[in-house]
Amino acid sequence: MSVDIEQLAEQEYKYGFVTDIEQDIAPKGLNEDVIRMISEKKNDPQWLLDWRLKAYNHWLTMDVPKWPNITYPEIDFNDISYYAAPKIKEKPKSLDDIDPELKETYDKLGIPLEEQKVLAGVAVDIVFDSVSLITTFKEKLAEIGIIFCSISEAVQEHPDLVRKYMGYVVPTHDNFYAALNSAVFTDGSFVYIPKGVRCPMELSTYFRINAENTGQFERTLIIAEQGSYVSYLEGCTAPKRDENQLHAAVVELIAYDDATIKYSTIQNWYPGDKDGKGGIYNFVTKRGRCIGKRSRISWTQVETGSAITWKYPSCILEGDNSIGEFYSVALTNNHQQADTGTKMIHIGKNTTSTIITKGISAGFGQNTYRGLVQIGKNAENSRNYSQCDSMLIGDKCGAHTFPYIEVNNSTAQMEHEASTSKIGEDQIFYCQQRGLSAEDAVSLIVNGFCKDVFKELPFEFAVEAERLLSVSLEGSVG
Amino acid sequence: MLEIKDLHVKIEDKEILKGVTLTINPGEVHSIMGPNGSGKSTLSQVLAGRESYKVTSGSITFKGKNLLELAPEQRACEGIFMAFQYPVEIPGVANTYLLREALNSRRKYQGLEPLKHVEFIKTVKEKMKNLKIDESMLNRSVNEGFSGGEKKRNEIFQMQVLEPELCILDETDSGLDIDALQVVADGINSMRNSKRSFIIITHYQRLLNYVVPDYVHVLIDGKIEKSGNKELALELEEKGYAGIGEQLQTAS
Repeated sequence: MSVDIEQLAEQEYKYGFVTDIEQDIAPKGLNEDVIRMISEKKNDPQWLLDWRLKAYNHWLTMDVPKWPNITYPEIDFNDISYYAAPKIKEKPKSLDDIDPELKETYDKLGIPLEEQKVLAGVAVDIVFDSVSLITTFKEKLAEIGIIFCSISEAVQEHPDLVRKYMGYVVPTHDNFYAALNSAVFTDGSFVYIPKGVRCPMELSTYFRINAENTGQFERTLIIAEQGSYVSYLEGCTAPKRDENQLHAAVVELIAYDDATIKYSTIQNWYPGDKDGKGGIYNFVTKRGRCIGKRSRISWTQVETGSAITWKYPSCILEGDNSIGEFYSVALTNNHQQADTGTKMIHIGKNTTSTIITKGISAGFGQNTYRGLVQIGKNAENSRNYSQCDSMLIGDKCGAHTFPYIEVNNSTAQMEHEASTSKIGEDQIFYCQQRGLSAEDAVSLIVNGFCKDVFKELPFEFAVEAERLLSVSLEGSVG
Repeated sequence: MLEIKDLHVKIEDKEILKGVTLTINPGEVHSIMGPNGSGKSTLSQVLAGRESYKVTSGSITFKGKNLLELAPEQRACEGIFMAFQYPVEIPGVANTYLLREALNSRRKYQGLEPLKHVEFIKTVKEKMKNLKIDESMLNRSVNEGFSGGEKKRNEIFQMQVLEPELCILDETDSGLDIDALQVVADGINSMRNSKRSFIIITHYQRLLNYVVPDYVHVLIDGKIEKSGNKELALELEEKGYAGIGEQLQTAS
C-alpha cells in the first residue's frame, strides 16, 4: 500500500493505519454457503441460521434503493468478503490474552483496554472487523443484573432474549440493507437493563474495520425494562484505503414504561482522501421503539467520517407520553456526501419529539437532511419541535433539506425552523484581528454552531467530538 | 512605533492609497479625517492585514518589524487592535469566549500562561461597569442582536481587556448618541498613556472634542494632503474638505 507523504504530513486522518495481524478472512462472494459459514463460525443455533437464510432469500428479491441524494458507483455485493477476524485460538479471558498488536492498535486509537486506564466509568465492548474482542466491566455490571456483551455471546448465553427482540424494531424485510445485514451480521453489542436499574456507567462499543475488501455488518440490540436507564455510545474508525468499504449496520432499541435509552454516536470512519478516493459507505438502519408509557429514546450523533453517510435514526412513539429526540451534527468535507435525518412516528397520546440538526458542508461536500414527522390519527396532543440548520464553508459545497410532515390528527402542534448560513470572510477576519488563526476561527464558529447538539453528548465525548470536528475541518479554509 | 512609507494600496484593480507616509510614536493620538472614498478605511484594513487589499509598493514597519510579512493574527498578537466600523455578528460564539481566546492567544504569543477563568471574569466585569455594558452581554453571542451603539461599545470593551499598543478606531463615533459618545470617549481616554498610540479615523470633529488628538491628518484621494494639530480639525469643521482643497491649490 503506497503512502502519501503529503497526507502523512497533514495528519488528516490519524486512524488510517492498518494493524499487521494474521486474519481469518472468508473468500469474497455472497451466497448461501457464505452465510452458513458465518453461522458456523459464530456457532449459531439453528433458529438463527434459519433467520439469516430467510433474510438472505428475501434480500435477493429486493432492489437497491435509488432515492437518496447521493451518487456512488454500483456496489458489487459479490466483490466483498463477509467475514474477517484476527486469528485467535480462543476468546481472551483477560487482557493479557489479547495479541499485543491489537493492544497497541487500541492504544494508538486512544481506546484504553485496561480497566484502570479506562475513562472513569465507561465500559467498552471492542469489535474488530467481524468479532468482539473483549467487553470490559462485564462482570461488575452483571452483579446488578445488567447484561452487556457482544451479540454473539448473547446468542449463546441469552438466546431467549435475543430471539424475542432481534428484528422486533427493524424487521428483516424493512429495507435492502437491513435485509442484507440480517443475513450476514457478525457482531455488535447487546445490552439488557433490568427493571428499575439505572446503569451506573456509560456503555460503549468501539468498532474498528481493519481487513481489506471486507464489509462490516454489525447488529446492536438494547433493551431497557420498566423504569431503567442507560447511556450508550458507539465510536468507529477504519484504515485509509483506496477502495470503498461497506458498513451496513442495524441498531434496535426498545424502551418500556418509564425507561430511558440515550444512544450517542461519534462516527469517524475513513472519509476518503481529498480527491474522494476510498472511504467507507456507512448505510445504517437505526430505530427505537418507545413501547412504554413515558419512555424516552434519545439519539445523538456526530458524523464526521465516511465517504457516504446514509442513516435515519428514528423513534416510534407508541407509549402515551413517550419522548423521542434526535440531535445531529453531520459534516461533509472534500467529496463526502451525507443523506441523513430522522423519522419521528407519533402513535400514542401526548407524545413529544425534538429534532435539532446541524449540517456543515465544506470543500465539495454535499449534505442532505431528510426528516419525517408523522402524526398518527390517534396521536392526540402530540408535539414536535424541529430545527434544521445548515452551514456552508466555501462556495463549492451544498446543503439540502427535505422535511416531510404528515399530520393526521388536528390537535398536533408542530414547530419547524430552518436556517442556512455561511461562514463569512468577515467573521474569520474579525477573529483573526483578535489574535486567532483562521483555522481556530473556523473551529470556534463551527463549535458555536454545534453547541446545541454537543451538549447532549456524555461529557467525556463532547470534548472528543469538538476536537474531531476541528480536525475534520482542517484545510477547509483558504 | 508605526512607520508607513509611501504606501500604495489597491483593491481589485483600483488604486485607493496613492503614497501615504505617516509616522506614529508611542503615546501619540493621531486623527485621520477625509471625505468618503478617500481611503481612510482602506488604511485601517491594510494595517490590520485584510488580504483583499493589495500593497503594491511602500512599506509599513511596526515596532521595527516589517508588518506586511505578518498574518493578521500575528499583527494582533504584536499589539495592534482595530475597532471595526461595522462589527460583524458571530452567532453561537459567546462574547466572553471569543475575548478569552483572544487574550490567551496574545499571552501565548508573549510566552505567558493563559489567564485563569476567575481572574478573567473579574477584569472583564470591572471594565464592563465603566463602559455601562450590562452583564447579560457576557453570554450573548458576539454582536448578535446588538444595536449599533452597543456594537461600538463592545469594540472599546474588547480593546480595554486586550490592552493593545496600537489602537485603530475606524469611525467608532458614527451612529453614537451624545451619551454613548461620552462613555466611549471616557473609555478611550482612560487607556491613554505614554506607551500606547491611537489612530482615530473619523468624519466629524465631535469625538475629537472629547478625545483630543496630538495630530490631525487630512486624507484626500488616497494621500495625506495636510497635517496639523487639533486646530486643523476645527478648521475642517468650518471650511469643509473642499475648503482645504482650495487652500492647497492656492498654495501650489
